[in-house]
Amino acid sequence: MVDVPASRRRRIGGVLLNRLARRLLAGLPAFRVVTVVFTVLAVAAAAAILVQAELLARLLADGVLSGPSVSSAAGLLGLLAGVFAVRAGLSWAQQALAQRSAASVKAALRRQVLRRTQELGPGWLSGQHTGGLTTTLGRGLDALDPWFTGYFPQLFLAAVIPVAVLVRIAVADLASALIILVTLPLIPIFGALVGMSTKRATERQWRALERLGGHFLDVVAGLPTLRAFGRAKAQAEQVRRIADEHRSATMGTLRIAFLSSLVLELVATLSVALVAVPIGLRTLNGGLGLEAALLVLLLAPEAYLPLRVLGSQFHASTEGLAVAERCFAVVDASGGPRPVGGSAAPDAAAGVRFEDVTVRYPGRDEAALDGVSLALAPGERVALVGPSGAGKSTLVNVLLGLVPPTSGRVLAGGVDLATSDLEAWRRQLAWVPQRPHLFARTVAENIRLGRPDATDDEVVRAATLAHADEFVRRLPQGYETPLGERGAGLSAGQRQRIALARAFLRDAPLLLLDEPTAGLDAGSEAVVVEATARLMAGRTVLVVAHRPAMVLDAGRVVTLEHGRIAGPALSAGVR
Amino acid sequence: MLRRIAGLLRPHLARLLLAVSASVATELAALALMGTAAWLLARAAEQPPLAALSLAIVGVRAFATGRGVFRYAERLASHDAALRALATLRGKVYDSLVPLAPSGLPAYRSADLLSRMVNDVEAVQDVVVRVLVPVSTAIVVAGVAVGVCAVLLPSAAVALAAGLALAGLVVPLLMVATARRTARRLAPARAELAAHHTDLLQGSADLAVFGATATALDSAERASARLARLERRTALTTALGGAAAMLIQGVTTVAVTVLALDARSSGGLAGVMVPVVALVALISFEPVLPLVPAVQRLLESRASLRRVLAVLDTPAPVAEPGAAALPAPSAPVTVEARGLSVRYPGATVDAVDGVDLTLTPGRRVAVVGASGSGKSTLLACLMRFIEPSAGTVLLGGRPVQEYDGDDVRAVVTGVTQDAHLFHTSIRENLRLARPDATDDELLAALETARLRDWVESLPAGLDTLVGESGGQVSGGQRQRLALARALLADPPIVLLDEPTEGLDPRTADELMTDLLASTRGRTTVVVTHRLAGLDAVDEIVVMEAGRVVQRGTHADLVAADGPYQDLWWASRPVSSPS
Repeated sequence: MVDVPASRRRRIGGVLLNRLARRLLAGLPAFRVVTVVFTVLAVAAAAAILVQAELLARLLADGVLSGPSVSSAAGLLGLLAGVFAVRAGLSWAQQALAQRSAASVKAALRRQVLRRTQELGPGWLSGQHTGGLTTTLGRGLDALDPWFTGYFPQLFLAAVIPVAVLVRIAVADLASALIILVTLPLIPIFGALVGMSTKRATERQWRALERLGGHFLDVVAGLPTLRAFGRAKAQAEQVRRIADEHRSATMGTLRIAFLSSLVLELVATLSVALVAVPIGLRTLNGGLGLEAALLVLLLAPEAYLPLRVLGSQFHASTEGLAVAERCFAVVDASGGPRPVGGSAAPDAAAGVRFEDVTVRYPGRDEAALDGVSLALAPGERVALVGPSGAGKSTLVNVLLGLVPPTSGRVLAGGVDLATSDLEAWRRQLAWVPQRPHLFARTVAENIRLGRPDATDDEVVRAATLAHADEFVRRLPQGYETPLGERGAGLSAGQRQRIALARAFLRDAPLLLLDEPTAGLDAGSEAVVVEATARLMAGRTVLVVAHRPAMVLDAGRVVTLEHGRIAGPALSAGVR
Repeated sequence: MLRRIAGLLRPHLARLLLAVSASVATELAALALMGTAAWLLARAAEQPPLAALSLAIVGVRAFATGRGVFRYAERLASHDAALRALATLRGKVYDSLVPLAPSGLPAYRSADLLSRMVNDVEAVQDVVVRVLVPVSTAIVVAGVAVGVCAVLLPSAAVALAAGLALAGLVVPLLMVATARRTARRLAPARAELAAHHTDLLQGSADLAVFGATATALDSAERASARLARLERRTALTTALGGAAAMLIQGVTTVAVTVLALDARSSGGLAGVMVPVVALVALISFEPVLPLVPAVQRLLESRASLRRVLAVLDTPAPVAEPGAAALPAPSAPVTVEARGLSVRYPGATVDAVDGVDLTLTPGRRVAVVGASGSGKSTLLACLMRFIEPSAGTVLLGGRPVQEYDGDDVRAVVTGVTQDAHLFHTSIRENLRLARPDATDDELLAALETARLRDWVESLPAGLDTLVGESGGQVSGGQRQRLALARALLADPPIVLLDEPTEGLDPRTADELMTDLLASTRGRTTVVVTHRLAGLDAVDEIVVMEAGRVVQRGTHADLVAADGPYQDLWWASRPVSSPS
């Protein structure tokens, strides 16, 4: 990402580009080039407007006064057509460039947000509405298009055209230029004045509107409840009444909000009238030639237009800025894992020890883990049981390095995980989660997740050990079958077996299993249990278990309750 | 589809006409302002007496003022019409939703879909303000401009009509076709990118643990870059629309000027009229140029409106007996399900498969099982939200189909899945179940749900706002409010669907104990996946894949091998005696 010097950004933006917009533009790889091109295009557009008015004024004045033949005016007519063509070309270039910039900025923003989500990690993501985030990064970002194709290029036009037009009018007729010079600033001034004086009133009303507008969703969402109590039909009248209240309240707000556009529109058109009538009278007196008078008439509206358009584009592009704000909120989100700085090499094969580990999640009273001390000897199989919410998954997540302990420490081969190289630690782990995520890639690529360089034979071997080979071979393209979004098309048991194959291929000394048979029917469960038992052989294992079948293989059973280890650790089989 | 939208808008025809008239007046004032001013200058150059110009001077001032005022009127009128159309549509959509909620519409299975549907309804506003009014205005103004030209110079009128038709009709249609083609080209790239996003956002733990995050980020960025490259390439064509319309405006203006000059030299047109004709041609394009975005807006809104119309057309899942309905059953009443099966449309297996259940007065039954095992569908059937595909539900010995649905739910109701707290006071939320309840009765129900102390500790008491943005209501309080509401309704048969869903284990167990205590002596069905306290019910029904796989008392089921024992074992601390 090219960093744009702050001074330069301010110079271009001024008050018209707020902090958010400046940050957005910083995502543009060729920011300088784009601004230079937009400036050049705006200057060219201003020149084309002047030439067009010049030519049209001459042609029309001649037409009134002398009535030239078409052939004698052919040169001017040809030039005029040429200028129109140039203006169309400039508009095309500006729009194309704006859309291309939008595409680049959207890609840059997506990249920033995605990188940040992965830094913040699964713990942070689990508290987010990931479906909404996916939408924001996809279709949502398209809301930025109006800002790029409308507001941003208009800034350049609004900066250049009024000045150029005013200078040209001053040359033709100083009096008219003075009128425009005085009235032109009224547009931003009135815009600001009307805006300020109505701001509080409209803000108060918008809040009321939000409430009324939300009513429909509230009632629709609560319709099952209304029906359960026989109130659905009685509410129909209420829905119509509130919708009507919403309408009249909105109109009250709009009556004020549209005042600003009334004032701006009036300033612009009345100014044209203010210019046109005196030049008409001076043309009558012979004080001003018809050509100059027509030129002033044609140019006068062009002085106001860019500012008015700028105002309306600004309103049209606010939604895009809101999306950008949501993206930056993710980029700026605090939290995430500890800084990666550790370099110590932990050794999973040497066993793992939890020392007085406590985990508190922000915003929750009860600790998820409360002073847990637990040792896993090398080669030992420990089953972790307890009611849901007791902290079993948190304990596994601590071991995976996904959740840092709030206090206490976890030692692997005598090395504190907090000071160790997380990647090196994870290379010694294999993990079969409760609901493994299957990626939108082929079956083989899904199995290779933890060892991208594994050969096809190794993949097949791992799948065979996991009892996955038998159903993978029956898939339309075998191991090359692409899995749909979130692995659709596979049953829960099959997904679990793909995850087991992943763990087999990973071939790590420490194995973590999180309820691998949860939600499986009896048939799948037996197969998964059998494969899991094979996977456990010769490894240190921590298994979170619900069902007796998973626990019976364990050497030791540890019960968690309310984040604490409850009672003496019992050996398997004791109930 | 357009006809049906027109049908929705018909009641507001007068206001729409007002909006379009004001909009046309705005544009015509602009046209007249430039035309009159041009005439004023041209006539002045002929040095007539001042009196000859006075009318034009008045005209210039009047049109200048008029434009601003008309614009204001247009914006108010079009928004008013749009909001009225929105209010009508909301009412219609609500009426259609009443028989559909919650089982007849997929939207009720996802909060996202539901809010999208509500947003879809709002698309009607856009159609009025940004499509209907501008398009009608462009058509009328173009017609008037061509008419004015026809009076002054017929040949110019032909050229202008051709130019306006090209810029206002052909270009937008071409742009629509281009936009469709572009969308088709971009669609695979977008889909691929979305898949990468889903993988990174939902599979981040798997990626991190298996050390695959960096690779996944790289391939997501490559997909993002591919989409950006495609977008940049298509920008060259999509930017053509506006430019093409501008070019047509220029060419038409030049052509009209040529024709005007020609007519002037042949004496067919007065000199003062040359600038008038030329400028009318130039300005008449102003309302036509925005048609490209208007048509694109229509395409976007069309998808929304199509979804709304689909909701209006969705058939009710349950047929009402109408006038032939039996009188409402009176308590005490027995509910029986016999061989009850439900299959959702499009599904290949039954969601509920041959379930028998008998609820004699005072009997309490718990239905347990994993999510998706058919528990909630069974309750929906008992509440007459859905029609069974086989078997019957008998209410006092008669099939439920013979009763009015609301009468069935007056007998069989309670805490439904995702019981909704409305954005209003606690009092109004409770009185939903019994509109004539006194505050004492409300407090008594809250007392039973063990919420009275909390409510009385609130500064606003029963008037405290709750619901979506009410805040400060915990999950447990939410469920207890729903329970209080069900107790207040005091139906002969109380249904409780996952009353502890989403609560932490300790709160859930406490609530379950309170629930079972407060429903003692009432006919009750409780659906749950937590087993705490179930030794208090008369019968436990264990469901798996729509079927009843075990039934009996808690003591029987714990003693027998099977899913209940597994569940019980898994949810109990190993060390505590069972």
